[in-house]
Amino acid sequence: MKIENIINEIESVDPEVFERLDGRRSAMKQFAKFSGKVALASLPLAFGSMLNKAYGSPSGTTDAITDVLNFALTLEYIEAEFYKAGYAAGIAGTLAIPAGAPINAIKTIRDHEIAHVAFLRSAITSLNGTPVSFTAASFDFTAKGIFPTVFSDYGLFLAVAQTFEDTGVRAYKGQAGNLMSNNEVLTAALNIHSVEARHASHIRQMRKANGSLVPAGVNVKPWITLNQSGIGSSVVQASYNGEEITTQAGVNIVNIGGFTISASAASEAFDEALTKDQILAIVTPFLA
Amino acid sequence: MLLTAAACKKDDAPSMNSGVDLGKGDPGILNYAYALEQIEAAFYTKVFESPYSGITTAESALLGDIRDHEIAHREFFKAALAAAAIPKLDLDFSTINFGSRDSVLGAAKAFEDLGVSAYNGAGKLIASPDYLLLAGKIVSVEARHAAYIRDLIMNGTFANDLDTNALDISRSPSEVFAIAGTYVKTKLNISNLPTS
Repeated sequence: MKIENIINEIESVDPEVFERLDGRRSAMKQFAKFSGKVALASLPLAFGSMLNKAYGSPSGTTDAITDVLNFALTLEYIEAEFYKAGYAAGIAGTLAIPAGAPINAIKTIRDHEIAHVAFLRSAITSLNGTPVSFTAASFDFTAKGIFPTVFSDYGLFLAVAQTFEDTGVRAYKGQAGNLMSNNEVLTAALNIHSVEARHASHIRQMRKANGSLVPAGVNVKPWITLNQSGIGSSVVQASYNGEEITTQAGVNIVNIGGFTISASAASEAFDEALTKDQILAIVTPFLA
Repeated sequence: MLLTAAACKKDDAPSMNSGVDLGKGDPGILNYAYALEQIEAAFYTKVFESPYSGITTAESALLGDIRDHEIAHREFFKAALAAAAIPKLDLDFSTINFGSRDSVLGAAKAFEDLGVSAYNGAGKLIASPDYLLLAGKIVSVEARHAAYIRDLIMNGTFANDLDTNALDISRSPSEVFAIAGTYVKTKLNISNLPTS
């Protein structure tokens, strides 16, 4: 079955078909994705659903994309409200964030998360979706009493911040594949994903400078070593489980190519994804 | 490096497509990543062989980590590409003063930010969800590096060059090689890479 020929035929009567399909390559990619999963007999159905998207059906595809964006928006709300409260407590003096670089960094990250909320809301709206809305009252950053001093103990505040950032990185990574049908949205999500990683790197350096790492003697670096959090609470461990793997796509990274690459370095060199369900389980304690 | 891609179309004369062909489709994108990781790994290997004056123990440890990560990335792509891998590139770091902290960290910042923007821009060019995930696993580590290097240069600048929505920037392969080309003597042909 020469699907590409069929699309080319359509192009002869509708020169804009490729634009409608987000470009020829994307169309073929999308079709390949469908056809890999469905029986041969239902190929025309898969093709039809691809065209539905091109020709403005109510369509599951856009819904699937706005679902992902609303999931991301939820995480950005959590981060934004967390840093808003932390920064306010820092300014009020009830949370001992040191003046200078540390308080400035918290303000910077807060502003980024607020901007991400606004960006995702507008992206969802432009796709005819309805963005979710949350307020400070939507969240419980003590995680139902597990972290009662999160806004009065600087070390704990940073530990929770690190968990949110590292978790955010894993969340976006896990959703990239669900955005492949829309290049613009995929690229935007990737461009947020790497900002969350920059935040994680900086928060981790702040934790190292502050020194409240658990267990004693553990090192926290800008990158994630094995499945170590450096945080003295088992509650955050789900955010780090799986990061310890040292094999990628069947290739063992330890000492790869005859170079001395330790298991620690091999795990650090690749960040791992989490599924939406795994992420929701992690953040649920923080929902009021 | 001489660039042959920019405005060339696929059907143009063969003379426009000379140089090492990165290839097409996903293998082309993997070779693109392999080329960038070759640059980064070779750079940090040299940084570690001849540390800049005044390097601290902490800097040395973490720059050593970064070298290991970049070598791991490079060797991973080489293994994944197998027979489709481009050869080892001929690199030129003569514009970098390896004895100078400012010069080395300035170059490191440029490489890391470039790497982040390259992977972010390549995401939409990848057809396989598995390769997209792999690129995602690597790009966030590059972003962690970028933030650390930036903070070494000036603390607090970990994410200073975002757009107005606080998003990182992404670059196309031709934009990336327009910058990285300074360090690559091997002539590369990127004209067969996917463009959307």
